[in-house]
Amino acid sequence: MNDRDDATDTGRRRFLGAATGVAAAVLAPGVFLYTSATATPRSEAVTSATRWGMLIDTAKCADGCSACVDACDRENGLTFQPQPEGADDTRWANQQAVWIRKVRLQDDLTGRITNVPMLCQHCEHPPCVDVCPTGASFKRADGVVLVDRHTCIGCRYCMMACPYKARSFIHAKVEHQLTRAPRGKGCVESCTFCVHRLDHGDISTACADACAAEGHQAIVFGDLRDPDSDLNKALRAQPNRQIREDLKLNTGVRYAGI
Amino acid sequence: MKRIIYREWRIEPGRYWGLLAILSSVVAIGGLAALYTFQQGHWITGMTNSVVWATPHVFAVFLIIAASGALNLATIGTVFGKGAYKPLGRLSGLLAVALLMGGLLVLVLDLGRPDRLIVAMTHYNFRSIFAWNIFLYTGFLILVIAYLWTMAERKGNRYMKPVGVFAMFWRLALTTGTGSIFGFLVARDAYETAILAPMFVIMSFAYGLAIFLLVLMFTFREEGRPIGGTIMRRLSSLLGLFVAAILYFTLVYHLTKVYGAQHYGLVSWILRDGGAYTAFFWFGWVLVGGLMPLGILFHPTLAGDRRWIAAACGLVVTGGLSAMVVIIIGSQAYPMPMFPGHTILESGFFDGVGGAAASYRPAVSEILLGVGGVAVALLITAVGVRVLQFLPESLADEIVDPHVQTARA
Repeated sequence: MNDRDDATDTGRRRFLGAATGVAAAVLAPGVFLYTSATATPRSEAVTSATRWGMLIDTAKCADGCSACVDACDRENGLTFQPQPEGADDTRWANQQAVWIRKVRLQDDLTGRITNVPMLCQHCEHPPCVDVCPTGASFKRADGVVLVDRHTCIGCRYCMMACPYKARSFIHAKVEHQLTRAPRGKGCVESCTFCVHRLDHGDISTACADACAAEGHQAIVFGDLRDPDSDLNKALRAQPNRQIREDLKLNTGVRYAGI
Repeated sequence: MKRIIYREWRIEPGRYWGLLAILSSVVAIGGLAALYTFQQGHWITGMTNSVVWATPHVFAVFLIIAASGALNLATIGTVFGKGAYKPLGRLSGLLAVALLMGGLLVLVLDLGRPDRLIVAMTHYNFRSIFAWNIFLYTGFLILVIAYLWTMAERKGNRYMKPVGVFAMFWRLALTTGTGSIFGFLVARDAYETAILAPMFVIMSFAYGLAIFLLVLMFTFREEGRPIGGTIMRRLSSLLGLFVAAILYFTLVYHLTKVYGAQHYGLVSWILRDGGAYTAFFWFGWVLVGGLMPLGILFHPTLAGDRRWIAAACGLVVTGGLSAMVVIIIGSQAYPMPMFPGHTILESGFFDGVGGAAASYRPAVSEILLGVGGVAVALLITAVGVRVLQFLPESLADEIVDPHVQTARA
């Protein structure tokens, strides 16, 4: 009996050695990835020292141009929304997610026509965040209003509450999506101010870039708290207002020319 | 007052099982409709990004507020000491639980992610009226079950009054909360008014009582238990009073809206230009759910006829569903007031071009889910009255003597 206990179990040693090696091989990349991930700016918590915002000059928004909408669709994977077989065309058009849209208005009194790109207004006091039962709808310290797709239960109360019709419900299965803009059937989503860019230190949005590339420069994006930002200079330079100012939501998106 | 004897509902087994089979089939079909929607996504429904709550919510909200109203009779008996209503307390409690279960199931099964119900129970945002309602609904279920226990168990009798009082306030909070889900929304013209909360309270009284009366008359007739003229007269007059109160609140709601110039568009749309929603308002909400039942319930001869009373109850229920259609769907279909003084010429997201309302046509699956919820409520009731002593043996006049209504609370 003693002999058996004293004998060295080489098989066990080999097994432990191999297991340690395999464990190290499995864990190491994760540990290194974590280390490198924490080193980049996007792992630091955002602060309220910044408040992202936008000025849209409707006088510069051109008739018939859809550059901002197309760019947003590409940037955020909204082009991957195939119409389900058997879906009614008109209804499906209103069931697809839309983050930014163009609205063409006519003043009832003067007949003046204005083009207004509408998107999530990233309110300081967002009604969608107030009503969300699970807290999935939330506002970051830097003013970006987002939906946590892990806790959204798809109740759509935020869509009932949003005064800008800025939110969309994902009505069908999602086949393809982009890592930077995750999407799931049965959840609600809306414009994120291209938060994936912001978190990588790229201070821009797809819509503003596209508008500039077209030469219209109707959209200026930037930090509302930075007095020297292009956004603040533009806001100081011309009169501007919020849509549904009466609600006192203090929107992050401002409009000139309406 | 004689001692009230409660007895299980003992109709002929064949008929009983037949009833259960029908209700279970409707429940199963509703469940399949929910499963299909969950599996496919909401594109198969008529709901869109413009009309986000629709037919399932019409049924769910109707059932939830009716649940609160169904408990009214227990309250009148216990809290206000009206002895004549005491024998109705147990059925009142059972119906309250059953209707709430039915309504909640519909609400939950229509979620985009019903599989994440556990998230709704573990993550709360206490600024959300919806989150408060989760507590109000579950609390209501527990409270009513406790209330039923105090009514049925001799040891619990002495707690009946305090529990009853608490349940009364709780259900007022519940209906106020449900009305406020809509009333506190500033985004839409039709909401953003505190009057929706008391209007929902009074609607709950009428819808709950109408359903209660239908169930009471059906169960008693099937088994040959007597209901005296006295209690019928009282209940039907009470229903008439609640129906009249709904009409009053409807009037004040529209007056509130029409007083502010910014809501002229909404009021004229509902009352005149809203197409199907105008029809639901005038024919469903006002005529079928209001004037017709009032005409029956206060008619010198028809009011004494059980069949006419049952018809009036049916009309109140139909009118209630119509009112929900107008309040829930119509209010979303009407364009949001984003650009006052402007007409929308084009929009990439259906913003009410030319002032047009959003279109919505219910899919069959939505209706099946809603009706399934009603069947769940009736199934729970049918099983409840069969296995436990919810129904009094008799409601004959000599048993429920209105002149001897000293309640022994």
